[in-house]
Amino acid sequence: MEQKKKEWSQKPGWVKENPPPAEKKSGEKSGANEEEEVGKEMKIEIDHHAALPGVFVRKNGKVQIDAGQLHYRELNNMVKGAVAEGTEEIELDNIYGQRYIGSGIRKPVKIVVHGVPGNDLGAFMDGPKIIVERNAQDGVGNTMNNGTIVVHGRAGDIVGMGMRGGKIFIKESVGYRAAIHMKEYRKHMPVLVVGGETQDFLGEYMAGGIVIALGLTANGDSRFTARHIGTGMHGGLIFIRGEVEEHQLGKEAACEPASRDDIAAIRPYVEEYVDYFGGNADDILSSRFIRLWPRSSRPFEGLYAY
Amino acid sequence: MRPPGSRRRARGKAGGVETVLRGIRFRDDKDFSGCSIFGMMNAAGRRFDGAPMLTAIANMKERSNGLGGGFAAYGIYPEYADLYCFHVMYGDEAGKRETEDFLAANFSVEQAEVIPTSACDGVSDAPLLWRYFAQPREANVSACEMEDPDDFMVQAVMRINADIDGAFTFSSGKNMGVFKGVGFPEDIGRFFRLDEYEGYIWVAHGRFPTNTQAWWGGAHPFNILDWSVVHNGEISSYGINQRHLEMYGYKCTLYTDTEVIAYAVDLLVRRHGLSVADMAGVLAAPLWEDIDRMPPRERELHTALRQTYGSLLLNGPFSVIVSNLSQMIGLTDRIRLRPLVAGRNGDWMYLSSEEAPMHLVDASLTETWIPSGGEPIIFQLREPAASREGVEAWGGAAV
Repeated sequence: MEQKKKEWSQKPGWVKENPPPAEKKSGEKSGANEEEEVGKEMKIEIDHHAALPGVFVRKNGKVQIDAGQLHYRELNNMVKGAVAEGTEEIELDNIYGQRYIGSGIRKPVKIVVHGVPGNDLGAFMDGPKIIVERNAQDGVGNTMNNGTIVVHGRAGDIVGMGMRGGKIFIKESVGYRAAIHMKEYRKHMPVLVVGGETQDFLGEYMAGGIVIALGLTANGDSRFTARHIGTGMHGGLIFIRGEVEEHQLGKEAACEPASRDDIAAIRPYVEEYVDYFGGNADDILSSRFIRLWPRSSRPFEGLYAY
Repeated sequence: MRPPGSRRRARGKAGGVETVLRGIRFRDDKDFSGCSIFGMMNAAGRRFDGAPMLTAIANMKERSNGLGGGFAAYGIYPEYADLYCFHVMYGDEAGKRETEDFLAANFSVEQAEVIPTSACDGVSDAPLLWRYFAQPREANVSACEMEDPDDFMVQAVMRINADIDGAFTFSSGKNMGVFKGVGFPEDIGRFFRLDEYEGYIWVAHGRFPTNTQAWWGGAHPFNILDWSVVHNGEISSYGINQRHLEMYGYKCTLYTDTEVIAYAVDLLVRRHGLSVADMAGVLAAPLWEDIDRMPPRERELHTALRQTYGSLLLNGPFSVIVSNLSQMIGLTDRIRLRPLVAGRNGDWMYLSSEEAPMHLVDASLTETWIPSGGEPIIFQLREPAASREGVEAWGGAAV
């Protein structure tokens, strides 16, 4: 029984309607009881089969969900159910602020978001590719582990907060505290590419990974005006196209012109950015870049002395 | 936890805090989130009903926990545009009698009525809700050696809130009104039948109380005269702000930190004549290191503001929408520890905690941006709203 429980708990909610045949053993209680037990175990609130007509539609192997009337819990249960069925592409229509889209999903599914997704888009996710057609809100890629998020607009505050792997591409600008406490571990190297400007506290308490801020604006180049960049930074690298003044940096960040090796290292990410949003990678990379890195890996050592 | 000094402020009210907090509703299920704020304005003064506000604030339901919601609407009482409108909540009939005696002695009350409400799931234990359209009696104003009826009005509000047991004025401006209570904001909006009002500026708030009790008077917006404030965050400088405002006759009686912002704005802009930009320079003063880098004249100004009004600096995270009859102003703390997004679509102006609700109520909105910390976003009505004629002119333009 213990074993069975564990197995079930690894299955997402949709299985209560379509249990795989292999798991049906003879002599076991079946039907309503089993469903009830599983339902209780999984805390299922809704499954896509129960949705209103037209909300959940399968088309050419894709799944399309009209989220206009859906709470985020209903929506995300449907998405997770579709992913568990093996769906490779999911399109979400009429998204207005539903939170946690794609969060916690551990398969390389493609999720296309039509609308403005809510906070914590792709939080904790491990593998999906999320494409947002418009702006995103706060907390994009919060603590994400792997996968890609592409935003064809602007993103709000704390983009890539605590991000541990994967890539985020934002076409336009980002708000405050992008890449706060982003971190890396061995092969896991998170990358955040911002096409426009960032607001203050970029890379605050950053512990690893790479941030590339291209400063591309509609009317050509502009000054990078963010302040407190790299405050508390103790790992990772920030590349900024253009110049910043000393007073714009946190005291834990050091600054120097990017080397040819640096440019070669960030080229693939800039090329990927250009693939998504257009532009010319050579033109972008031929401009002057600066590179910020932490003055110390333990800037607060001694702050809390024992 | 009460804001520091709240017990002292309850002086004069028989029964103290317990009596005052009648109607309070505690819940033990705690969802952690943040408040939601939303503002919508038509710069041409075109009036619209409260329905889109309910849609927008309900979209951010995740940010509130049902312990407070409220709205302020401007331009809703054009037939009484010259008169101050008191919205008062009463714990009992005794408070109502005492307040009405006080009003009758000091004001000529042209209209007194129950604020229309309808039963709504999620809203219970409502106090008695009344509104009065009134003009201060000139003899009383001059007897107080005051020239400005606004000052008299402020004093009257303070008097009711501090001294009359079980009575709280929660709205006191002309041609505007605040509607608030304990519940989710969309429920509070339905309770107050806001689809029956038309205004050209609306602000809304969904509350997630952190440090202070949830009670009807503690819901946002906070109001004095035509100023109202909705706030997401917490004011850790509440104590010093409150003491500074006390010197100017403002008594904080509502047990919530946001109250100080409403009074500070009234003091700075109406009484001391500061511009909105300078008011922002006081409430969310630039850091000294930034002041040091300013050009000389600007440096001098900001140094003077900080020296003069240091006690009104708001410390702690906040994003607020401050509004009056002709403006809707968004402001965050200087390092932007709370979210605020602005949007503009022709004459339609928006301020919001999150981006999605702006698009939900305005499908053709494309221009949105994230203000910098401490930078005020000032949306201005095209014509000043002071005169009754003006209001009627916009009424003509309304659908």
